Amino acid sequence: MSPSGGRTIFSYCTDPETLGRLAWASCYLTTGKHMGLYWSFLTVLALLAITAPTALLFGFGGAVAARSHFFASRWFGRFYISVVRGVPDIIFFMFFVIAIDQGLEWARHQILCPDWTEPIRQGNDFRVCPAAKLPLSSAPQWVHEVYGFFTAVLTFSIVFGAFAANVLFGAMQAVPQGQLETGAAYGMSRRQTFWRILVPQMWVYALPGLSNLWMILIKATPLLFLLGVEDIVYWARELGGSKTARFSDYPHGDWRLWYFLGLLVFYLVFTKISEALLERLMRRLSRGQATLGATV
Amino acid sequence: MKKLILSAAALALSAGMALAASHSTIRMGTEGAYPPYNFINDKGEVDGFERELGDELCKRAKLKCTWVTNEWDSIIPNLVSGNYDTIMAGMSITPERDEVIDFTQAYTQPDPSAYMALSDSVDITGGVIAAQTNTIQAGFVAQSGATLVEFATPEETIAAVRNGEADAVLADKSYLAPIAAEDSSLVLLAKEELIGGGVGMGLRESDGELKAKFNAAIQSMKDDGTLNALIAKWLPDSAPF
Repeated sequence: MSPSGGRTIFSYCTDPETLGRLAWASCYLTTGKHMGLYWSFLTVLALLAITAPTALLFGFGGAVAARSHFFASRWFGRFYISVVRGVPDIIFFMFFVIAIDQGLEWARHQILCPDWTEPIRQGNDFRVCPAAKLPLSSAPQWVHEVYGFFTAVLTFSIVFGAFAANVLFGAMQAVPQGQLETGAAYGMSRRQTFWRILVPQMWVYALPGLSNLWMILIKATPLLFLLGVEDIVYWARELGGSKTARFSDYPHGDWRLWYFLGLLVFYLVFTKISEALLERLMRRLSRGQATLGATV
Repeated sequence: MKKLILSAAALALSAGMALAASHSTIRMGTEGAYPPYNFINDKGEVDGFERELGDELCKRAKLKCTWVTNEWDSIIPNLVSGNYDTIMAGMSITPERDEVIDFTQAYTQPDPSAYMALSDSVDITGGVIAAQTNTIQAGFVAQSGATLVEFATPEETIAAVRNGEADAVLADKSYLAPIAAEDSSLVLLAKEELIGGGVGMGLRESDGELKAKFNAAIQSMKDDGTLNALIAKWLPDSAPF
């Protein structure tokens, strides 16, 4: 029953037991399973690339709402910031994703299957008509994965958006009042003052907080597995676990340490690069600002 | 023009057929970390006893099936909330689980649970025993008087024995036997525990129709001996039907 290596990149990989060390490693590192690992690195990077701007947008919206002069939007902004910040991430991830998924399916069920007579909740079971399933159970696996990926993006964005909102809210308050008064003195409307004076100047106050969030976001990506996305930690654990010769052409002992060391290096290098870039951005934003770090 | 109408009709027909077929795609949930029952092979696909059995059952029940993996801890909640339609993950049929989900008839005989340790002289009544969370073995150890340490994955329970965190691990014998066979430092103890009522396929309680289909398919495989052939191939230590 020895599972064959199947499609391999190198032709000599058909019988790994006969190979020298280097050739063995080249075969081992190019198995379909390892491709899953490499793909998951791209997944994580894509998640960060989409989540960071989305969360920033949510944060900006939240901060603007929280500063608003209308009671309802101010209440909404503050509610969003304090509730999401107050709920432990893991609970939010478990509860919110299931709730939004079931909420969407429930809504689709009401629209698409008006003559469905069975109840949606049957004991523990949540059953909507097949046409209301999201994604449809007939959809290919990649659709399910993309759907899972975007629920992950949405969840991360909402969570990190709340923190970003608080940072931006503070940054907006930190812009010297005199700057805004000067804007008003020049005859700018409140909207003009906001976009031309406040927003360009707040970034320098927001950046330390936002860079913290970015670092935390990078480190939070392993939570992806909670959302059913196979991330790098899942693959490291799966690939590193010991394999017996009966079930793999590449039997090995417990190699999880090495895989996790690889992840450690990845995260360290990634955060180091981020730090360097953020520092450059900070210097750039401080230019001409009335802060201590500014170079006039 | 005639050609156009004809091809449009063909298109509509095939779309209709695709739609009809779409309702019979069954998503099969598994853990993918419990060889020989289910594991991820070198190609990165679900493989093992349950993969082969599940594919054959789907063929006999005339269903289109796809496989998805989910971690063990949340495998029942995700079935109930509809992320997939069945569980084939070496899950023993127990009264506690049966309250939440339904099971088909068993497709393995009750598999004895075995202890694996670094030496024969381990104290399994008063020592530290590792088991995977939410398994029948974890439930058993919790009541046996030994100290239970639980892990999320089967792999970690073995690692705990290797590094001395636990004195022994209690798991299905068919999972432990291939590991003990290849690692001379690990031994299976003579004492075995008869717990569990055989492994079955888990389904939502409201999915009676699907359950009937799979029950019939399992029965037909039992009747013509193909199930026994699969058991002999993947679970050589297990009793046939």
